[in-house]
Amino acid sequence: MMGRWKFWVITALVTTLVAAAIYIPILRKRMKRAARQQQQSEEQARRELIQPVPVNPGDPRVKTKLFWASDSDGSTLAPVVVELPLSNDPVLRSKQVLNTLLAGPVDTDLRTLPPDAVLLAFYILPDGTAIADFSEAMATSIPSGIVSEQLAVDSMARTLEANVPQIQRLKILIHGQEVETLAGHVDLTSTFIVNTNLAVPPPGPAPAAPSTTIPAPKP
Amino acid sequence: MLLDVGNIIRFRFLSICGLASVLLFSTAIVFSFQVPSPTQQPPATSPSQAVPGAPTPQTGTAGALVTSPQQQSGFNIVVLDPAHGGTDPGARGTGGMRESEIVLDFAAEVRRALEQQGFQVVPTRQGNDNPSFDDRSAIANAQRGAAFVTLHISSTGLPGTVRVYVNSDLPQLTDATGMIPWDRAQAPFLGLSHKFGDLVQGFLAQRFKGSPDTAQTASVRQLRTTAAPAIAVEISSVVVNDRTDLDRMAPGVADAIARGAAAFKPMYVVPATPGTQP
Repeated sequence: MMGRWKFWVITALVTTLVAAAIYIPILRKRMKRAARQQQQSEEQARRELIQPVPVNPGDPRVKTKLFWASDSDGSTLAPVVVELPLSNDPVLRSKQVLNTLLAGPVDTDLRTLPPDAVLLAFYILPDGTAIADFSEAMATSIPSGIVSEQLAVDSMARTLEANVPQIQRLKILIHGQEVETLAGHVDLTSTFIVNTNLAVPPPGPAPAAPSTTIPAPKP
Repeated sequence: MLLDVGNIIRFRFLSICGLASVLLFSTAIVFSFQVPSPTQQPPATSPSQAVPGAPTPQTGTAGALVTSPQQQSGFNIVVLDPAHGGTDPGARGTGGMRESEIVLDFAAEVRRALEQQGFQVVPTRQGNDNPSFDDRSAIANAQRGAAFVTLHISSTGLPGTVRVYVNSDLPQLTDATGMIPWDRAQAPFLGLSHKFGDLVQGFLAQRFKGSPDTAQTASVRQLRTTAAPAIAVEISSVVVNDRTDLDRMAPGVADAIARGAAAFKPMYVVPATPGTQP
């Protein structure tokens, strides 16, 4: 009598253990998926809050030079020419080219900016300094390292130089704030030179020159 | 009414014990605040302690490089900076690899190689702590005749290659006293940094195929506030399948840095007068 009772208890325990072993990994996967979906929906909500860049179909389609990584090791930039309808207004035009840069090239290995980063605001000061404000994903999703961070900054500076001649320098903000570095390496406290023919250095923070590894855009 | 003497004595005894415990506890708390934890300890060679009169980040200047009489003239010190640490792991790779941990191991190897070449090595961190950029620069700025090497592991790039970076051009500015502002302390040393960087990169290119032949420029935050010839060495990358692939690179990287420093020694003439620019 006692033996049978023990048998049933052990059977129930073993069954529970087997069920838990099967169910717990499934539960963990579901929790991870739910967390990812929540993160995506937050990013989606943030994107929806941002005013879309108006694309006027009447804007002339112009050859636009965009700078993405040139090779698979991701250490230099190369220009890619695409036809885009671009506004004549320098602020709108800058938003259009930066958003195209954020969207990335066809070959995703050549992208220089994280795909989930969003351009929150962009304006140009009277002295030609452009202020680009990006979402936090720009700092948190970019691969950490000097080469990848410098490449990201240079791709923006060179693309703006090639397409928006009014811009002299670029200042990058993250979520409206000045931050010390992009992802632990490249200095964001200063401005980056966009117009490489600029002779007079600006007052205030020291401008950071573009990397010598980046080929200068050909006119 | 009866007075229970036993209870009174027990009460007094307990009160004394309680007071003694409170006193002991308070003393322990006071001492724990006075003795900083290993992560809070200032660096051993912080300018305000090791070199009297040397500027600190708070003074806003980095130009006056004051030396103690014991220090030898000439380039004989390398300030070695394993990047990141503490709550900042840096780049994260496969299998939980952390840049902050790998660079510590590399730093130990580089230190041995530099000491074999006769250099004195001053590390910016030896454990899992994270001094600020300015704290790390301050260690180098307090030395005379020092060079600064910051070690990084990237999360991109061709695995097995190494790149040396020198800070991008900074306009030289001096304030009314002739001192260099702290935030562009690297400006007068950029020429020397390029020479040092090119030498180290040359030795690295011989060992690690696919590495560039000369040093690159980038706006590296750590280098900007360093008043010494300063380079960043970045190894590719944490995205390797096996940590041993990176570990195998350490002796080669260490040897190249040490040989680069030795070759740079005759080029780096430390000014005879402290505080003068190179």
